[in-house]
Amino acid sequence: MNTSFLDYYSIQPVTNWIHETLCSVMPEALAIFIECVVIGVIVVALYAVLAIVLIYMERKVCAAFQCRIGPNRVGGKGGLLQVPADVLKILTKEIIRLKNSDNFLYDLAPYLVILASILTFSCLPWNKGAQILDMNIGVLFVLAASSIGVVGILLAGWSSNNKYTMIGAVRSGAMIISYELSMGITVLAMVVLSETASISGIVEAQANGWNIFKGHIPAILAFVVFLIAGNAEANRGPFDLAEAEQELTAGYHTEYSGLHFGFFYLAEYLNLFITAGIASTLFLGGWMPFHIAGLDAFNNIMDYIPGVGWFFIKTFFVVWLLMWIKWTFPRLRIDQILTFEWKYLMPTSLLILVLMVVLKVFGLVF
Amino acid sequence: MYFTLLITVILTAFALVAAGVCVAKLIAPRSYNKQKAEPYECGLPTRGRSQMQFKVGYYLFAILFLMFDIETVFLFPWAAVVGEVGIYGLVSVIFFLVVLILGLAYAWKKGALKWE
Repeated sequence: MNTSFLDYYSIQPVTNWIHETLCSVMPEALAIFIECVVIGVIVVALYAVLAIVLIYMERKVCAAFQCRIGPNRVGGKGGLLQVPADVLKILTKEIIRLKNSDNFLYDLAPYLVILASILTFSCLPWNKGAQILDMNIGVLFVLAASSIGVVGILLAGWSSNNKYTMIGAVRSGAMIISYELSMGITVLAMVVLSETASISGIVEAQANGWNIFKGHIPAILAFVVFLIAGNAEANRGPFDLAEAEQELTAGYHTEYSGLHFGFFYLAEYLNLFITAGIASTLFLGGWMPFHIAGLDAFNNIMDYIPGVGWFFIKTFFVVWLLMWIKWTFPRLRIDQILTFEWKYLMPTSLLILVLMVVLKVFGLVF
Repeated sequence: MYFTLLITVILTAFALVAAGVCVAKLIAPRSYNKQKAEPYECGLPTRGRSQMQFKVGYYLFAILFLMFDIETVFLFPWAAVVGEVGIYGLVSVIFFLVVLILGLAYAWKKGALKWE
């Protein structure tokens, strides 16, 4: 298997060159400090831009599924400036104080939700050498960090001192922790297949074929289970009963106004992207190009698309799949959701894990 | 280097929210209204506190979750070396999983998974 494209994709030389140049004109500690500031700015910029792209995409995709046009007035023909205009509008709205609410926890909740989202966001492998947090326990860290979000949601619901938010928060808490199990076990199956828990390691283990092809039957099942569980983790789609508009106004963030609400909204869309990004990393090869064994000319052409391009193509494909699910299925009830997880999804994911391990031990995966 | 980056990312997250809230407080208009601080319950006056008892079913699922979540954490170190430990590891872990599945089956049989 020709793996020379791996070196061609790497942006490590560029980052090394930047680091050396900075070190040659200033002490190393200062250079590292400047790099950290730059990384922070890049993360925030990417986060904000992706949120705008995703909200616009959601409006257009949802409109297409419902045979509407979607936003088309603000900013020329496609309504491109609709979302930036909404962001500005939300920024100029008052952040209200509530009577009888627990003010400290009320203010803390958006911090926790955004923290969980940004921590997992910075674990995504954009390209070879372009991953901010690359630990050897990568996927375990992603699972751990993403569960900080549920604490934020519970705090938001509890501290607002409102019955709707309270119901929304406990529903959301029960649902998110339940679906975390299936998610964890399907991730575990992929760790078994790639024999490493580091995210860059998992991507590089897919150089000779994506996991979804290498692990055939259990991997395809795991992909489906992961998408269902990930959709529930992001509080979306048929699992959005935590903010069921018709019964709970807006669920756990009913009492938040202005930018406070904006942060919950931001985190929801970014969690969708993060779920899709992790799915494409674990199953669809992350930034790996699409190769067909034996077709060298085709493979060489595919190598010309940069790694970050591949990552975005795959991730937006999964985002689109999740949006399709959201706008197609009706919302479930809490008992249906918990029954579905504990009686169907959980035994299925355990079965997938055992099947994957057996196939791996007896060498039946590619 | 992990640690520096981790701290950077955590600070970035806090800075994003803090900066956003500060900007919003600076440029957003403010007005006082007695009704504005009331809990939003679709126009009805609120009765009693809202931070009250909730259905115990949610709590039961949280307890069950703990058991299986810790199981997942225990399986991670083994999962990373499953090819090296081979059949011996497979048999031991399947024994471990069977005990847990028996636990799930027991909870199921007892009706803990039923929502009522």
